[in-house]
Amino acid sequence: MNSKTIKVDMLARVEGEGALYVRLKGDQVADVKFKIFEPPRFFEALLRGRSFADAPDITARICGICPVAYQMSAVHAMEDAFGVQIDPQIRALRRLLYCGEWIESHTLHVFMLHAPDFLGYADVVQMAKDHPVVVKRALELKKVGNAVITLLGGRAIHPVNVRVGGFYKVPSKRELAPLAEQLKWARDAALETVRWTAGLPFPDFEQDYEFVALQHPKEYPFNEGRLVSNKGLNIAVREYDETFVEEHIPYTNALHSRLKARGAYFVGPLARYSLNFDRLSPLAQEAARAAGLGTICQNPFESIIVRSIEILYACDEALHLIDAYEMPERPAAEIPPCAATGYACTEAPRGMLYHRYQLDETGQILDAKIVPPTSQNQKIIEDDLRRFIPQVLQLPEEQLTWRCEQTIRNYDPCISCATHFLKLHITRE
Amino acid sequence: MPQLILIIGIGNEYRSDDAVGLVVARALQARKLSGASILEATGEGIALMEVWKSSDAVILVDAVASGAPAGTIHQLDVQTSPISPDFFALSTHAFGVAQAIELARVLGDLPPRLVVYGIEARRFVAGTGLSPEVERAAHATVERVARLAQSWLQS
Repeated sequence: MNSKTIKVDMLARVEGEGALYVRLKGDQVADVKFKIFEPPRFFEALLRGRSFADAPDITARICGICPVAYQMSAVHAMEDAFGVQIDPQIRALRRLLYCGEWIESHTLHVFMLHAPDFLGYADVVQMAKDHPVVVKRALELKKVGNAVITLLGGRAIHPVNVRVGGFYKVPSKRELAPLAEQLKWARDAALETVRWTAGLPFPDFEQDYEFVALQHPKEYPFNEGRLVSNKGLNIAVREYDETFVEEHIPYTNALHSRLKARGAYFVGPLARYSLNFDRLSPLAQEAARAAGLGTICQNPFESIIVRSIEILYACDEALHLIDAYEMPERPAAEIPPCAATGYACTEAPRGMLYHRYQLDETGQILDAKIVPPTSQNQKIIEDDLRRFIPQVLQLPEEQLTWRCEQTIRNYDPCISCATHFLKLHITRE
Repeated sequence: MPQLILIIGIGNEYRSDDAVGLVVARALQARKLSGASILEATGEGIALMEVWKSSDAVILVDAVASGAPAGTIHQLDVQTSPISPDFFALSTHAFGVAQAIELARVLGDLPPRLVVYGIEARRFVAGTGLSPEVERAAHATVERVARLAQSWLQS
């Protein structure tokens, strides 16, 4: 074969850029700026003038890691606008699809991105040299999440089977059966993962956050509920814009989201867990206790355990959903468009994702607003860095940088939703 | 001789030149190359590892930002040249093409033949459409991929 070898320093999917600037003055943190450029603004403009029916597939393109979250927020917002009632089995299939996304996305984060930080490896490639069995198990676990999404979504990467009102095609009970076999294996692997992550070393760093997540009367939240917090918030999703505000900050293109009443808030696994522990399955609750977690977790570094618990929950819940499934009579509800505004929040793997659409009487999108979890957590990430850096300030530059990255990775900030590359700049004065 | 060559075009069509891998994949799809199966992907690494696992000959096409002039076509024979680990430290969330290749290498899961065409991009901003030099490089890459696939099928 005739080929030439050229060294390329970056072979990359650049879907955004991020940078962290930290200015140290002696042993004080003088300034922290976490800078991101986010595409959702662009997508909001792109959606204007399109049909409501296009929103799930267009917004899914915002993120290659969590397309299901975008699709689910979009379909729920449209159904909210048009006052559509969904068949309970369609709802169950949506939960199942969400289980697939949580398994896939959390596994990627726990093993490929976050675990190397705790074990002192530069990346998972180095980790795999010493822990090939762990990494191979992670790949298998992620594959089960993919299998769920492929079956329901039509393909693994960008699901194409989701539509407003339901699905283009729904599976029969028999078609779901082979998934259950894979999920039983995955549930055991997830339990093993919780034990494994619980054994990692954690810095002492508990903070008094305001956690915000969806809360459903009975279920651990995926795609429905009220927005609640541990500091008194309890609103319907359609009250989001009255309660939260996005601000332009001079140093970043991304908007900073804050609670009008109190400021920074925290979305994602830690928030979901701390607000909804009693809605986890008994198996997941038991695993959490065995891992040494209380019903509230305030150490963001322990989010790696909480993600593992959510993987376990997703496997468990998927098995329950498959067991109870009856094929619905029709794959989707009728959609009668009308001039209205629709609102929805669902729980993306990395936190609550808000969509709002204003529609005309033909169902054409007049205005769209999308608030991804990463932009909501931006303030909290900066706050954590400000408070954590003094603990590690004496470390050599390289290790200090690594600790900053680890702190940011607690949040699993999203490449496509928000940032891909993170460039760290630390200056000492 | 490979049974079937898997050609994967990677990109985000809403990120300007980042779409180049998809553009190449679609052009190759239109040619209906016999013995080749063509896929589009976002570049999420684990998904890539899964799709190439059962193939013994894979060609990947993706956008690259290495500092070379826009439109430069880099051809990397992955069996002989590792993808620089410098890239890995930059990412907080992505598990991309480079990591997937290097992880597969460590785990012994690399396809026997894997060649990457990296097309140097100019703009990764939100928007559609390729820069003119990247567009020209895309056409040239289509020819090169088709020729390589042909030579593999006859080897």
